[in-house]
Amino acid sequence: MMIEAFSPGLIMVLGAFLLPLLRGGARSVLVLVLPLVALYLVWQVPDGVPVTVPFLDYTLEPVRGDRMSRLFATIFSLMGFVGGIYAYKQARLLELCAAYVYAGAAICAAMAGDLITLFAFWEVMAVGSTVVIWSAGSQGAYRAGMRYVLIHLLGGVVLMAGIVAYVGATGSISFNAIDTSAPGAWLILAGFLVNAGAPPLSAWIGDAYPEASPSGTVFLSAFTTKTAVYVLMRGFPGAEILIFIGLYMIFYGIIYALLENDMRRILAYSIINQVGFMVTGIGIGTEMAINGTAAHAFAHIIYKALLLMAAGAVLYRTGTRKCNQLGGLFQSMPFTAACGIIGALAISAFPLTSGFISKSMINQAAADEHMLLAWLLLQAASAGVFLHAGIKFPWFVFFQKDSGLRPPEAPLNMRLAMGVFAGLCLLLGIFPAPLYAILPYAVDYVPYTGGHVVGQLQLLLFSGLAFFVLLPMMKRTLTISLDLDWFYRRFAPALVGVCYRLGAPIDTALRHRVVEGLSRLIQGLRTCCGPQGTIGRTWGTGSMVVVILLLLTGTLTFYFGGT
Amino acid sequence: MSEKHWLYREENHRKLWIWGCVLLLLTVLAQLVFEIHGHYEFEAWLGFAAFYGFITCALMVVFAKLLGFLVKRKDSYYDD
Repeated sequence: MMIEAFSPGLIMVLGAFLLPLLRGGARSVLVLVLPLVALYLVWQVPDGVPVTVPFLDYTLEPVRGDRMSRLFATIFSLMGFVGGIYAYKQARLLELCAAYVYAGAAICAAMAGDLITLFAFWEVMAVGSTVVIWSAGSQGAYRAGMRYVLIHLLGGVVLMAGIVAYVGATGSISFNAIDTSAPGAWLILAGFLVNAGAPPLSAWIGDAYPEASPSGTVFLSAFTTKTAVYVLMRGFPGAEILIFIGLYMIFYGIIYALLENDMRRILAYSIINQVGFMVTGIGIGTEMAINGTAAHAFAHIIYKALLLMAAGAVLYRTGTRKCNQLGGLFQSMPFTAACGIIGALAISAFPLTSGFISKSMINQAAADEHMLLAWLLLQAASAGVFLHAGIKFPWFVFFQKDSGLRPPEAPLNMRLAMGVFAGLCLLLGIFPAPLYAILPYAVDYVPYTGGHVVGQLQLLLFSGLAFFVLLPMMKRTLTISLDLDWFYRRFAPALVGVCYRLGAPIDTALRHRVVEGLSRLIQGLRTCCGPQGTIGRTWGTGSMVVVILLLLTGTLTFYFGGT
Repeated sequence: MSEKHWLYREENHRKLWIWGCVLLLLTVLAQLVFEIHGHYEFEAWLGFAAFYGFITCALMVVFAKLLGFLVKRKDSYYDD
């Protein structure tokens, strides 16, 4: 009975705490086995809620099986497995443990049937991911991790407030499509959107992810934003505002990636861009759009991890992530370069790659709903993805000028992980049927028609032409780009400084006045009641006798005078 | 230092550009064989996707460049 309440992801969460107890080969085996066991358990969960658990006045649904939850839990487990292969030799033990807690919690969140369980794992993910960032060990990682956790705790508080209001009003904690007119619904939406990297709090992705270790960023890219996509998909399908938010994210990601010099930050911005496609799809909300979003999330986790694995291998071997110091690496790291290019083609939705069979569905959904402007913007964005990630990343890292660097090829386990994901990018692109079969709704879509392939090739190749023609405008500079995080990194501290400088003299004067007044009061009291004061000083015996005589006389007069 | 890879030799750049342009031309001409049946009529115009891809990307690059003047700072901006 109770074993059915055991969420498949918990095997990774609990298993992570066993890792420090093991050494050498045993630990490696556990790293590889845990996600596979989780994956197996995910597929053992039947449809529906197998068991409920009473908690306070509510009934928890710790595990819920359906097509949507199974799809996300599957890709999260797979990501845990291949990420584990990539990381287990080079990553610090702390990072591995944190990453497995984080991945396991993401699986649990995807399978949670109620809002309380979801919230609990949502917060575990925040803790796990923060430790993943911190385990890079650098000062920069520590600070970025601190900013990261503050944003996520804020998002958590907003989500919690929303859940409390929503559950209070509706009386149900069950997590299904959320009625946006109910109290708290907008807070829940805001809490979800914080984790998706939506505006105005988008900067945390570009700020924190590149500071993690080579493998840490791979894990980070997969779970937080895609769990947000999953909960938005389940909670707010068809919410029109998401179309606008998604389109903003798409172009924000492209423009900031174009300005960026740090190869891993380019890829971090492109996460926001890709999640923007998914958020737009959720906003469109039709079966085609939801299928496209789900497929895109699945494909995206794979090719984004692949891109960050390639970038991580370069960082691991060269020690730098700045494009202006890289270039020509295809000569000594051909395998990594090939995998990076496959990832770049997949993210650009090139025919025969996974992005083509997933992103096309979102664009098609916009056209089916006659959303001309959204469709035009999505098409422009598809071209823009090739521009900012599809060409820019491989070009500046592996080609452009010859930097003279000749680092050795990536270590074997990293190559293996990249090979698996590169293979999957192509496999899903060539044979989309297995992915289509596990999407939330039945798929009625044929990606490969001659016209579609030709149109997509034109769009992408001519955006490539624009890249090379305008290359002089994209000279790499040793710069960062200010974002809205400037308000809490610079403006708020400066405001506090100004307030301090303006307020300090007033504060000092006020305190001075108060202290002066108090000391005057004390002086007055001393004069009155002190040892030598009028009331407080010691009187002579004679005076006391006179006082007592007067009191006695008074008492007698009143006592007898009345009778 | 060994000899430069062929990709970095000046004389090959011209060749690469020519082959690239031929490829671009072929993708546009391919539309004559594989008609594009999009949702919108204008998708079927010859080279519409090519034109649209190029123009929108150029606009994005120019917009990024202009925004760069406003938001770009030295990479040590937040360090001090």
